[in-house]
Amino acid sequence: MVATGALGAVGVAAVAWPFINNLNPAADTLALSTIEVNVTPIAVGQAVTVKWRGKPVFIRHRTEAEIKEAEAVPMAQLPDPETDNKRVTDTAKKVRPEWLIMIGVCTHLGCVPLGNKPGDQKGEYGGWFCPCHGSSYDTSGRIRKGPAPKNLVVPDYLFTSDSLVRIG
Amino acid sequence: MASSHGTPPVFNNKVISWIDHRLPIFSYIEKEYHTFPTPRNFNYFWNFGAIATVMLVLMIATGIVLATNYTPHVLMAFDAVERIDRDVPQGWLIRDLHMNGASFFFIAVYIHIFRGMYYGSYKAPRELLWILGVVIFLLMMATAFMGYVLPWGQMSFWGATVITNLFSAIPVVGESIVTWLWGGFAVDNPTLNRFFALHYLLPFIIVAVVALHVVALHVHGSNNPTGIDVKGPQDTVPFHPYYTMKDGFGVICFLIVFAGFVFFAPDYLGHPDNYIPANPMVTPAHIVPEWYFLPFYAILRAIPDKLGGVLAMFGAIAVLFVLPWLDTSRVRSCTFRPIYKWFMMLLVVDVIVLGICGSKPPEGFWVPLSQLATLYYFAHFLVLLPILGKIERPLPLPPSIADSVLKKKAV
Repeated sequence: MVATGALGAVGVAAVAWPFINNLNPAADTLALSTIEVNVTPIAVGQAVTVKWRGKPVFIRHRTEAEIKEAEAVPMAQLPDPETDNKRVTDTAKKVRPEWLIMIGVCTHLGCVPLGNKPGDQKGEYGGWFCPCHGSSYDTSGRIRKGPAPKNLVVPDYLFTSDSLVRIG
Repeated sequence: MASSHGTPPVFNNKVISWIDHRLPIFSYIEKEYHTFPTPRNFNYFWNFGAIATVMLVLMIATGIVLATNYTPHVLMAFDAVERIDRDVPQGWLIRDLHMNGASFFFIAVYIHIFRGMYYGSYKAPRELLWILGVVIFLLMMATAFMGYVLPWGQMSFWGATVITNLFSAIPVVGESIVTWLWGGFAVDNPTLNRFFALHYLLPFIIVAVVALHVVALHVHGSNNPTGIDVKGPQDTVPFHPYYTMKDGFGVICFLIVFAGFVFFAPDYLGHPDNYIPANPMVTPAHIVPEWYFLPFYAILRAIPDKLGGVLAMFGAIAVLFVLPWLDTSRVRSCTFRPIYKWFMMLLVVDVIVLGICGSKPPEGFWVPLSQLATLYYFAHFLVLLPILGKIERPLPLPPSIADSVLKKKAV
């Protein structure tokens, strides 16, 4: 009885799996390529939004003040502690504090935070503010206040030259 | 009560008699919808089951017609819906019926749920009947959510993003589940495609669960405003013509109000931002779900923690499943529960307050208010209900339904 039942369960699972896995991303979706962005036109203090894998990616050319502010924050004040330095390092381990590159998706429930456009509300910590549920991020894109649990995600990126960055 | 009524019917029509001998559908209709003994003291709150059924049929009928003109593709969905509104013959009417029909289906169901709670319809022996009702409510929420995504406007897209992201709060496997739901790295074409498939499927599952709900209802019959059991034939009237007529009247009154919205304010209950095509790069400044989800949305936002908020929101519905066991009072109807009656009304006010909080931006005074309202919501079910049943002294119950009706007349 037990053996029959167990065999039956394995059989059901084996048949069910293709139906479940069928809903996972298809090969063409997974194959979404990397993108390359020319950062020369982005002036100091400016930010742009580019699309990568169907999601917005923020590229911010930070001012000296913003960098200083981000570096000065004590780790103890961060809900998701991470140094600013680590967040501006590309895959070749080169640190460029002036370029902050992040996926522009709030880690709470996936809205796009405000703060990239000149007139945008930037929240209490001068970085980004998510209008959906009120999360505030600092000038390093780290979560400081609100329901979001994590910092804005930094994707893999590589500066192939001083003006070109490859994301993905 | 189903077993208490008479001999099987005799049909004069030979064809009907022939069929019924082999497949007793006519006997069934006769027994369950004609002679079915029904408490004689229903008030108008007892109309809303029938009204909800009518709305379900209306939603399926309009939905099938809409599907014939709809294309579930991110590049074509928005335009397909606009075309239905502008170019398809009577497309505007079918769409407005469907769009407002969802709202009015929820209105009917919320009143139906209130009725069940106020008159204690969930208590023994109707616990499974109640639980099936909560299952229907959950399925309705899933169906309505996926339907709202189909026009592929800004609210569709961001509603889908926020709601699917709720699952990312689950530890460890959350992110994989969300990717699986999306079929990609964001809400995109695969998401729209599968939502359309499921939006078409779920209503038929709702029909099946409604059938079970009705089967369970007809085992012990309906509860009634006094909450006391039927004691004999003097307490009941046959379902037809008494309640077919009363339900018919209620349905017509409800549909008049519904038609008012459909013809004079079809977009009143919707959100103007959903007439902006979906843009994955920009979140609208103030995203809100449809009105019928607002109380639950307020609970989600009241908790300043992602997982906590998600658990509280699902918990607000999950608590309904165990309602029959949280209520310790032996008396069903609030009519005879002098204290609980007021807490029940307070719960209604509380849910409305939550709804208002859910529609406001998550800042200032609305945050503590929604937290307070969330606290009351859970306290009502988890603290007040179990305790009140023990300490409250109910009013004397009438000896029978017939007595309560006749006495009311004498006064």
